[in-house]
Amino acid sequence: MIDTVEKGAIISGIGISRIGRRTGIPDLELTVESGRAAISDAGLTPGDIDGLTTMGDTPPGRAARALGIEPTYRGGGFSTGGLLSPVMSAFIAVAEGRARHVLIYRTVKMVGGEYVPSSGDGRGQDDSEDAHGDDASGPDDDGDAFADLKHVMGDMETLLAAQAFSAVNWLGLHCQRHMHLYGTTKQQLGWLAINSRRNASLNPLAVYREPMTMDGYLGARPISTPFGLFDCDVPVDGSIAIVVSASSYASDCPNTPIRVEAIGGSRGTGGWLYRPDYPKMASTDAAAEMWSRTDLKPADLDVAELYDGFTFLTFAWLEALGICGDGEAGPFVEGATRIALDGDLPLNTYGGQLSAGRMHGYWVLHEACLQLRGEAGERQVRRQPEVAVVSNGGGPIAGCILLTR
Amino acid sequence: MSTVIIEPVGFRMLPALNELNRAFWTGGANGQLLIQRCAACRRWVHPPTSACPTCEGPVRPEPVSGRGSVYTFTVNAHQFHPEVDPPNLIAIVQLDEQDDLRIMTNIVGCDPGAVRCGLPVQVLFERHDEVFYPLFAPDGGEA
Repeated sequence: MIDTVEKGAIISGIGISRIGRRTGIPDLELTVESGRAAISDAGLTPGDIDGLTTMGDTPPGRAARALGIEPTYRGGGFSTGGLLSPVMSAFIAVAEGRARHVLIYRTVKMVGGEYVPSSGDGRGQDDSEDAHGDDASGPDDDGDAFADLKHVMGDMETLLAAQAFSAVNWLGLHCQRHMHLYGTTKQQLGWLAINSRRNASLNPLAVYREPMTMDGYLGARPISTPFGLFDCDVPVDGSIAIVVSASSYASDCPNTPIRVEAIGGSRGTGGWLYRPDYPKMASTDAAAEMWSRTDLKPADLDVAELYDGFTFLTFAWLEALGICGDGEAGPFVEGATRIALDGDLPLNTYGGQLSAGRMHGYWVLHEACLQLRGEAGERQVRRQPEVAVVSNGGGPIAGCILLTR
Repeated sequence: MSTVIIEPVGFRMLPALNELNRAFWTGGANGQLLIQRCAACRRWVHPPTSACPTCEGPVRPEPVSGRGSVYTFTVNAHQFHPEVDPPNLIAIVQLDEQDDLRIMTNIVGCDPGAVRCGLPVQVLFERHDEVFYPLFAPDGGEA
């Protein structure tokens, strides 16, 4: 068995706040909601939490005061996991004994998400239809991750000079190349969106739950070809929190402890534009690192919660993780049967960022834990999943986690 | 054939010039697309860097033909910037000189519905104060 440091960590608790569009709820309130839920879910009290870290809007100092936490560990340890770096860092910290119980939260507000703001709401557009390039928003508080972002944003000047202002443009370029190389179709992207919407209909917290048809998908307003509105995730307000504990806590955990099997991350070479194996992305390297740290194989996966800031990012993850071969993601999702809740590999079972809402890489993690615990309610995968993969990111920055129960 | 130079039609966020990238961004003033080339192994190098990534030899700018093909593209339809009206055609062009020599750019003089991967294109420049931004249009023979 491959023995890696992250195996010394478990996820002992999870919490999620109210989720909605333009809720008007202050970020601190959402953070306290998810934080308290996660601490209680782990069978702990705020006094037990000795680490606090975040990839969120709410500054950790304010969150700590509001939650009654006095953290000694405040992040750091694994910097290449993209949006999930704070979680991966916490795995390392508890495994090394630098903390016992770390609370990690991600709080998002709909405002923001583009590099260059449009001129506001004066153009008569329904801005509920705003296309957001989710990879464009930067983390606020995690020092490691911020350095990470600066490192990978070296192409920014070149992208902006070409009037490519949003991640929807940058990933549209990747997707178009994939279509050219492999014959991937717009309809195949659509099957992913339809599958996510179908799953969202079973998730009471998802923001878009009404059925989506292929005609509805294809008829959506174009954003940046080949992407239309329904290829883009849905900005929401909300907060998700996770308690990461040392594995020795597993026997005292009131809920099924989720075991960390392997992590992987990458700040890929070549940035957004110049990777030699374009349209592959850092997800390729992150996945390779993760698989190098475990004896498990892609065929062992029972459920996959893969990042979908844009439909194509999930295609890239399916291929990067070796769930299917290069260029085969389109046929893999076609018809949305293999990836359905009762299919061979249920995918984005909570509805994804495409339909449930953009919790920036954290809802995938929350959902993987729920599925492994067998507590996903109406959308629970029937044959109890034992192995789940979670991923986030794309372009030059990506991270993934393999979890078991 | 003389190089086409056009005036800006919308907003363009110009790059900051430095010692490494100046030749690339300003060569259009002389009608030239200047790309770094390794003096030792003769490979072309882009984006600009201080030494050849292959052999660490010295690099210096040399003119290329300005011909290439569309490597990939996206037709942006959403108004992300008040002074950039969609549809705007964003592309990566692969230059003919070397199969991994790619340039981020905009395609002009082309119906957005007509662009495709592999479309032959030719450089032209958009004049700013110091920067001559390299754009591409369908090659005369093809358009």
